[in-house]
Amino acid sequence: MSAAADTTTAPGAAGESDFLQVNNLRMYFPVTEGILIQRKVAEVKAVDGISFTMHKGETLGLVGESGCGKTTTGRCILQLEKITSGEILYDGQNVAKLNKSALSEYRQKVQVIFQDPFSSLNPRMKIGEILAEPMRVHGIIPDARKRDERVMELLNICGLSTRFADRYPHEMSGGQRQRVGIARALSVNPEFIVCDEAVSALDVSIQAQVINLLEDLRDEFGLTYLFISHDLSVVRHICHRVAVMYLGNMVELATCDELFDNPIHPYTRALLDAVPIPDPTVESAREHKIVTGEIPSPMNPPPGCVFHPRCELAVDSCKQAVPEFREVKPNHWVACTEV
Amino acid sequence: MTELLKIQGLKTQFFTSAGTVKAVDGVTYDVEEGETVAVVGESGCGKSVTALSIMRLVAEPAGRVVDGNILFQGNDLLQLSEEEMRKIRGNNIAMVFQEPMTSLNPVLSIGLQLTETVQMHLGVDDAAARARAVELLGLVGMSDAERRLDQYPHHLSGGMRQRVMIAIALSCEPKLIIADEPTTALDVTIQAQILELMKNLTRDLGVAMIIITHNLGVVARYADRVNVMYAGKIIESGTAEDIYHNPKHPYTLALLKSVPRLDQPRGAKLDPVEGQPPDLARLDEGCSFRPRCRYATDACAASFPPTELIDGIHYSACFHKDKLDSPMKEAS
Repeated sequence: MSAAADTTTAPGAAGESDFLQVNNLRMYFPVTEGILIQRKVAEVKAVDGISFTMHKGETLGLVGESGCGKTTTGRCILQLEKITSGEILYDGQNVAKLNKSALSEYRQKVQVIFQDPFSSLNPRMKIGEILAEPMRVHGIIPDARKRDERVMELLNICGLSTRFADRYPHEMSGGQRQRVGIARALSVNPEFIVCDEAVSALDVSIQAQVINLLEDLRDEFGLTYLFISHDLSVVRHICHRVAVMYLGNMVELATCDELFDNPIHPYTRALLDAVPIPDPTVESAREHKIVTGEIPSPMNPPPGCVFHPRCELAVDSCKQAVPEFREVKPNHWVACTEV
Repeated sequence: MTELLKIQGLKTQFFTSAGTVKAVDGVTYDVEEGETVAVVGESGCGKSVTALSIMRLVAEPAGRVVDGNILFQGNDLLQLSEEEMRKIRGNNIAMVFQEPMTSLNPVLSIGLQLTETVQMHLGVDDAAARARAVELLGLVGMSDAERRLDQYPHHLSGGMRQRVMIAIALSCEPKLIIADEPTTALDVTIQAQILELMKNLTRDLGVAMIIITHNLGVVARYADRVNVMYAGKIIESGTAEDIYHNPKHPYTLALLKSVPRLDQPRGAKLDPVEGQPPDLARLDEGCSFRPRCRYATDACAASFPPTELIDGIHYSACFHKDKLDSPMKEAS
């Protein structure tokens, strides 16, 4: 999708100073063949030209189904991938062009909380060591004893008993480990946290605890979250603005209330319609229009609008022309010509 | 309607170095013909072990059904020989597992996996089995069925694999399908497709279904009756309306309050269940939800509350069931 390449029109909250700016980001992964001599046979277009901005203190939700590129977008911002084209500006600086010391500083300001609390903690390290390591690496608290004090403080902030400092990850439940993941992200006093499906692996009663914790921390430390999730109910609860992605493209971006009350893009509507509501009376009264078909492969995305093979509004022109990501209402951006 | 499955006082335990884990601790419920019954609960509450116990698939000697009866059309499945049980599995009772990625055999073609069940139970020849397989794939909404039969699981997406699993489950026209988190691994638009498919098929073919899930929304949309499990026991059961509009157990109430909903005003703080689920190897005689319960009193520590009738088919196991405030009064 030819999303606004011009930086001055990148979709964001008008009038706010832009903290993070993503301009026309593309991330293509090569598909190779051969063992010794590898040659590129195809490309997976994980992210195909998306633009958005975020301001300080804001929580932006990034939603979509598997393979839509939401996690890749997060990894690009974290500088865990070398982007194919486009630029990511953090506080006005192009993060791809940072030198070694500036990059180290960037990695301290920008942290991540991963989805899987079982594989994102080193099983051979004690919780105390896991939390102290980032502080040691970044030289935030050089004194070992003071670091231990800070570890205790972090455990407290995240609602864990200080006894956990001497335990190993396998001694903890999923919810407790996710709290450790959050404490580790906080240990270096970040400004910006990418929460990649941070509550998706947790049971509902534990999930609510962790959501509340993330909200409290945001308010207390003025954190900015990029909240990546496939769970629309959770996104609606925690986010200020929401962006919907489909097959590497951004199809809709609006404030949370606007997006959930007045969804415009046919894919957003289908997605909202597919979420079951825990109330039998409400459910039986809802009319379900179930979107047919499957998500196409990002190696060979459909021409034109990527959603057209599944879209009930699709007309012939959708098969050829890529719809422009346009502002249909103030701060409400949609990539669809038929609405 | 006639009773199809009756589980009475089922107890399944695992014997570990940390002690005996009471995974299922006295579960009683029944399923009538053509009905969809949900079993809801969080990880480790025993909902999947209950299903495995019905299928006699609990891995021995680590685990064993130690007590209870599982009556299927009047016969106790626990008394059958392994040979007799094999005739029930896949034929009268079929199962759909959570992981469409791992529950199909990666080195066998779709066609072989579909025809294997049919040939084993119905004793038909190759051509008839293949025709049946094509018919089944059409039934679960897969186009180009002939070609699909020669494909392997890795050719298919997660949603398609789950359709194949459902086709295999339906292949011998079972009376009961046990679906253990059938859509948890799927995306939400695909989840809606699969659930709608299962609902239509069970209705059209008159198959009863036990759907095991942690997703309260899925339950609300698809189940006739709901059993809520916590720490190996069913703590509340009733119709979907009973459970959602008039919960009579603090755990059910807490579960309903802890999920954000798309149809409710934003901005309200979530009300989570504090604490952690109990260690199933260290349960005492009292109510297992007591440490996390805001209604708990001394009586809750002394003994496990008996399951009592509220009205109709609505049961709850709580001493304080009359003190709860309903969360959905305004909504309903």
